[in-house]
Amino acid sequence: MNWTWLHKLASPPHAYGIAGRLTPWFGWPAGALIVAGLYGGLVLAPPDYQQGDAFRIVYVHAPSAWLSMLVYGTMAVAAAIGLVWRIKLAHAAAAAAAPIGASFTALALATGAIWGKPMWGTWWVWDARLTSELILLFLYAGVMALRASIDDRDRADRAAAVLAIVGIVNLPIIHYSVYWWNTLHQPATLSKLGKPSMAGDMLWPLLVMLLGFTLYFGAVLLVRLRAEILRRERDAGWLRTGLAQ
Amino acid sequence: MSEFLDMGGYGAYVWPCFALAVAVLAWNVQAARRLHAGAREQAMRRAATRSGR
Repeated sequence: MNWTWLHKLASPPHAYGIAGRLTPWFGWPAGALIVAGLYGGLVLAPPDYQQGDAFRIVYVHAPSAWLSMLVYGTMAVAAAIGLVWRIKLAHAAAAAAAPIGASFTALALATGAIWGKPMWGTWWVWDARLTSELILLFLYAGVMALRASIDDRDRADRAAAVLAIVGIVNLPIIHYSVYWWNTLHQPATLSKLGKPSMAGDMLWPLLVMLLGFTLYFGAVLLVRLRAEILRRERDAGWLRTGLAQ
Repeated sequence: MSEFLDMGGYGAYVWPCFALAVAVLAWNVQAARRLHAGAREQAMRRAATRSGR
């Protein structure tokens, strides 16, 4: 198979331009969906019969937990592509993803703790779901710290990529933890098999928020990727002409 | 309105969660833009000094 098209697509000037043109196509729909989802979740959805209005935390907790895993998966896949095909753009994408993922992992943990207090009577328990999500935060921190600690960029890319790829075993553990072990954490609201465990007027704001957060991640990743490309390509000739427009 | 803010007695838990979420969303946009603007400015400055040589 001929991979030249991929290398052309992944060439820094090309990718820089495409990323810039794509950003608004992710950013504006993301903003509209998140505003709609917030309104739906806070105002239109009825209170839960068990949890009252506290259940509304799900509208920010679940999307941030979803992103914490989606971003990690994206980072690990990008890192693997960078390692196997030696595509520098993929390493740049992995580097751009890490801080975004770390911030949403922290948000998932924080909103989960605040939700846990009134529902479980405690901010934190060392059960499988919470502990594996905390490990995810440490993995992000480890990948970022490892990258920052190595001066040579290629070696830093490879080392961070290996750690990111090894850490991917944590993702299925997080996902299945609520089924494999006894836990205070409620099982998934949405699953591929079976009906969602939520009424329609509660469900649509959650779906809208999940989609909004996902597109939002795309937009932020593209902007960070452009910054990363500029940093990595600072002595390349195309920058002189490419940045003029 | 105060009923809405009260959130059935859970306001002290619900609102901090939404405030944190908005803060993280805003921080990510702000941080990404700042990084890109900084990298762009630096790249242009380097390009200018090199072509002026």
